[in-house]
Amino acid sequence: MKKERFWTNFWKELRRNKLAVAGGVVVMALFVISFFAPFISPYDPEQINVEEILLPPSSNHLFGTDELGRDVFSRVVFGARISLKVGFVAVGIATVVGVFLGSIAGYYGKLADSIIMRFVDIMLCFPTFFLILAVVAILEPSITNIMIVIGLTSWTGVARLIRAEILSLKSREFVLAAKSIGANDLVIIARHILPNAMAPVLVSATLGVAGAILIESALSFLGIGVQPPTPSWGNILTSGKDNIELAWWLSLFPGLAILVTVLGYNLLGEGIRDAIDPRLRRR
Amino acid sequence: MMIPLVIGITLISFIVIHLAPGEPTDLQTQFNPKASSLAKQRLREIYGLDKPLHVQYVNWVKRLFLLDFGRSFSPDNRKVIDKIRERIPITISINVLSLIIIFCVAIPIGVLSARFQYSLFDKLTTVFVFVGFAIPTFWLALLLMIFFGVNLGWLPISGLHSMDYHELSFVGQFIDLAKHLIMPLFVSAFGDLAGLSRYARSNMLEVIRQDFIIAARSKGLAESTVIGKHALRNALLPVITILGFSVPGLIGGSVIFETIFAIPGMGQLFYMSVMARDYPLIMGILVIGAVLTMVGNLIADILYAVADPRIRYG
Repeated sequence: MKKERFWTNFWKELRRNKLAVAGGVVVMALFVISFFAPFISPYDPEQINVEEILLPPSSNHLFGTDELGRDVFSRVVFGARISLKVGFVAVGIATVVGVFLGSIAGYYGKLADSIIMRFVDIMLCFPTFFLILAVVAILEPSITNIMIVIGLTSWTGVARLIRAEILSLKSREFVLAAKSIGANDLVIIARHILPNAMAPVLVSATLGVAGAILIESALSFLGIGVQPPTPSWGNILTSGKDNIELAWWLSLFPGLAILVTVLGYNLLGEGIRDAIDPRLRRR
Repeated sequence: MMIPLVIGITLISFIVIHLAPGEPTDLQTQFNPKASSLAKQRLREIYGLDKPLHVQYVNWVKRLFLLDFGRSFSPDNRKVIDKIRERIPITISINVLSLIIIFCVAIPIGVLSARFQYSLFDKLTTVFVFVGFAIPTFWLALLLMIFFGVNLGWLPISGLHSMDYHELSFVGQFIDLAKHLIMPLFVSAFGDLAGLSRYARSNMLEVIRQDFIIAARSKGLAESTVIGKHALRNALLPVITILGFSVPGLIGGSVIFETIFAIPGMGQLFYMSVMARDYPLIMGILVIGAVLTMVGNLIADILYAVADPRIRYG
């Protein structure tokens, strides 16, 4: 009963927030585009055509063509798949690791807590992008490695969140009640504590997808990410930089795609936060 | 507090390098069919790779304290510390400059949009903030290069100096340097500018609703005094901490803008060393980057203590 009311309220609040709705629409549109990419794109994104090199945007090639005559619009459309995949897998890894370590730190406290939180401090001290760059380059750049490395370097925020939530929840009556009837730790954490701590995790995951997409595109731009001919927004921008004096369209469109996507996830994430935060809720 | 951090940092850098498939010596010998297994063995001994991992780690850390990061694998075979030393001033000065820019621009923006909440200015800055969060810095750099560098031809798009730099007068040199720095500084400051102005705004909004501000207003002080003196100082405190947190992002970001604008700083060096798999150099820069971040956080802590008389350590 109470749970249902929470979600009804949540939806009501979220729908009232125009910016969040806009963000949600962008995110949904991305899913649709990724899923139907072969039907949306007019050309094969990897098809080289030496007769149509560096053509400016026209009705034949909406976003122009690149230095190998490939259709940029098709490449941008297929690039959406990469960013969707990287965003969700990386954040999935980060969330699982963060929830796991954060729960242990928060629930058991003492030594486990100090070891894990010290580890978080160390991770926060590294210029993360340096670390990701080094690991990806050393392990051979591939989309799998990128997803894993981004995931393994961005769990600290979730771990802190979960730890803080658990610290505030673990001495509440319902947890003590569960303990007193002899529930074991795993059941208490998984069934009683985590569901109550999920709201902020949802927010941080939504914002995290945006962050992961930005990192992937930067890595691909530097040539350490998704390798051509597979199209990703970042590596299209690399050819944009190489042809900076010849073809502005190579730089404009993929970047715009990144901007709109990241903006969409951010707006949605902020919207979810506002809809959850009871202090901001109108009564 | 610092010691476990240093141990952790060195340990992670060390592990990162040893994730590599194969041995670092393979790289030097694989293109050279003449390199016998004997030569390989000798290389291994030089780098201490024939010893167990924990011994290698302890030896490496011992040498770190003497600032000995070994020699670069690249053909020039120079000492890692020298290569880093000649590039660090550029990266640090650009980062400090952009921190100053962030601080000087973001706080007035944040304060003003809090003071005039829901005004046109406030709405415009909110849009700016969201775009600032979402824009990939390297894309911003590309657009600026296309617009100001290629189309308008106002600003140079790479390097720190023009070809004729050494023939210019002092003022000419300064202008030349400034022209080269405008775009990189703007790009490196942009993202954090958005974040910090948002943060300054929300802090300010929180502070101006408190009782002591109402008290200040009700005793007839001018609004500018209330905002500028009473509210600002209280709103600034958390901003200083956030500034400390943005240091790792700035240092990490320097890889991107230094590579794009061909600025010979530590970020570009790191990019080149990663591409060339120059392991000693990668390890050296990872450690130094992390130490720089630590120092940045420490400075933020000290500034915080200076700004807030309630906080005294020790």
